[in-house]
Amino acid sequence: MKTTLSVMVENHAGVLSKVVGLFSRRGFNIDSLAVGETEDSTISRITIVVDGDEHMVEQIEKQLNKVIPVIKVKSLVEGKYISRMLTFFKVSFAASRRSELMKIAELMGARIVDVSKSTLTLEFTDTAERTETLESLLKPYGIKEVVRTGAIAIEKGEAVTRSQKRQKGPEDAAYIA
Amino acid sequence: MSVTGAEIMVKCLEKQGVKVLFGYPGAAICPFYDALRDSSIRHVLVRQEQNAGHAASGYARASGKVGVCVVTSGPGATNLITAIASAYMDSIPIVAITGQVRSDLLGRDVFQEVDITGACEPFTKYSYLVKRTADLPRVFREAFHIASTGRPGPVLIDIPVDVQQQSIERFSYPDKVDIIGYKPSLNGHAVQIQRAAEAIKKASRPVICAGGGVFSAKAVEELRALVNETGIPTVCTMMGIGALPTAHPLNLGMLGTHGVKGANTAIHQADLILLCGARVGDRAMAAPDQIAKHAKIIHIDIDPAEIGKNMPAAIPIVGDLKLVLEKLRADVREAGVTCPADWVQACMAAKEPYTRHFSTSLVNPKALIGLLSDRLREDSILVADVGQNQIWSANHYQVKKGRFLTSGGMGTMGYSVPAAIGAKMACPDRQVVAVCGDGSFQMQFMELATLCCQGLDLKIIVMTNHRLGMVRELQDNGYGGRQSGVDLAGSPDFIKLAEAYGIPGLRISSDAQAEGTVEALLNAPGPFLLECQVDEKEPSL
Repeated sequence: MKTTLSVMVENHAGVLSKVVGLFSRRGFNIDSLAVGETEDSTISRITIVVDGDEHMVEQIEKQLNKVIPVIKVKSLVEGKYISRMLTFFKVSFAASRRSELMKIAELMGARIVDVSKSTLTLEFTDTAERTETLESLLKPYGIKEVVRTGAIAIEKGEAVTRSQKRQKGPEDAAYIA
Repeated sequence: MSVTGAEIMVKCLEKQGVKVLFGYPGAAICPFYDALRDSSIRHVLVRQEQNAGHAASGYARASGKVGVCVVTSGPGATNLITAIASAYMDSIPIVAITGQVRSDLLGRDVFQEVDITGACEPFTKYSYLVKRTADLPRVFREAFHIASTGRPGPVLIDIPVDVQQQSIERFSYPDKVDIIGYKPSLNGHAVQIQRAAEAIKKASRPVICAGGGVFSAKAVEELRALVNETGIPTVCTMMGIGALPTAHPLNLGMLGTHGVKGANTAIHQADLILLCGARVGDRAMAAPDQIAKHAKIIHIDIDPAEIGKNMPAAIPIVGDLKLVLEKLRADVREAGVTCPADWVQACMAAKEPYTRHFSTSLVNPKALIGLLSDRLREDSILVADVGQNQIWSANHYQVKKGRFLTSGGMGTMGYSVPAAIGAKMACPDRQVVAVCGDGSFQMQFMELATLCCQGLDLKIIVMTNHRLGMVRELQDNGYGGRQSGVDLAGSPDFIKLAEAYGIPGLRISSDAQAEGTVEALLNAPGPFLLECQVDEKEPSL
């Protein structure tokens, strides 16, 4: 089962390694991962697609929450979010089949961003599922190279994944020796 | 007036109320050591860096405060790793400070450079590599806060030597901590606690399982009050030993692989288990899923990730154990819970009576620990090492008002003497005894110098069987008795060794000698080493 997690983290050095290290250490599988700054430059969002059963996803969420610079972890609900990934396909072709290829690109909504004598590079931004469809359509022509980003996701409607603080802490003075 | 980073480090420790520091200097931490000379903080020079960490751990556990250790970069830092990992596994609050090479040389593999924050990443609660002198006050303030709140654990602060040398205008210590991603939930959910109380009322065979969290949360009184209020039989994990006095009628003893029959029988027959700050480690419960099939699990833990990790919980309660148990006790009182008498009786019947098994020859280690318990003062601290001596101590030391300390999660050999040094420094008025084997003693006997230097009245018992007994037992039972690499031939005469440090010692080889020598051990005005010759065939249980 694939689950998309939206993880808000403090935007400073070493945070990504803390998050990624946790996955390998505890044997969780990462399908894809994408990082970038949010509307608040002190906070980054890591979008992680994980593959695992319910118990594993629950553990991943809990373990992520324990990482100190992790501010919030949200597991996105199927059907309630929009997810996209960007892929480049470099396809080789015989001159005679160029128009066929361009048709496929047009049909799928992929942009041609580079052309050479024997290759054509397509840029495609869509869901993982549609990206797979395009890949299978391009395969017969000979895919020379695929470069893709991890998926990023945003919730539908007015919902936002904000970095709101978790439950209020104690008066910490009481905890100092 | 400007202050250097090193002076700031010392001031931060003073502000945190640190009285004792365990450490070992080197080039990359020299600015700090220089500044430390002008402070009233007591520095304890250990003889190997790992032991600075274990001593800080023992200090933290005995005092309930954060333990602090300081070492240099490179090998100093890597030597400390085992101690940091041990503290992490047992949720012990320590702050470890390491010197680092100059910040402009980081990443160039210069002399004594090692990426210690990277190396310790998997087993620190958090770590800092400080790049600016001005960040030091905030980092120290946060480090002590993180180490001691929520689920306690080790925090590492790595400080390049130039950051210690540089000056800033003035020192000010933040009085508040605000870490946006770190706000532990303390108050358990009231509805969940109510549900727990109702479930306990309905249960016909309830058991309480007390873990190390009882001590971390300083919830010993609350746990005892709940046990007394409800009359529910209670088992302890190794880390939970002493949560209830050993002699308490409802204490069934330690559960698990090396636990006692009474405790394991109760856990396997229970229809409800109240886990209190216990993480369901594999040594405590080898097949938690099996147990959860016939028992309703109520799991109280401050760390939400522990709930459901190893065992499914019907009623999860995230919160500080002290606060949760207080509320739970009020709720069970209101609900009028009394543990069914037939179940209590069945638990009592399954409990093996405390008997002394005297050997025919040599010293029976179980009897010796029992004898020691009788003679020690009520509030004594016993620190057990790892190996057979740990199991003998865990099952035969009678905790009254004192503590039983050991490396539970990591099972780190060489823990007992340095941890006992830390415990004794925290509680100078209490009797502290370290129990180890001839294997583990040889991993730590350099610390005899530390305890001499500090003038500590620490008693050490070495159980000698000329074997790595626990491994020998494993090889006997699991590998057809083919002993491999467990013979400790070449060991020195421990009594002479102690003498070389100026520590008196005695060797005994029969139970008949035990009585008198335990007296001699405990009455000795300063440190004392007692070597007990134990049969190599003596089993752990």
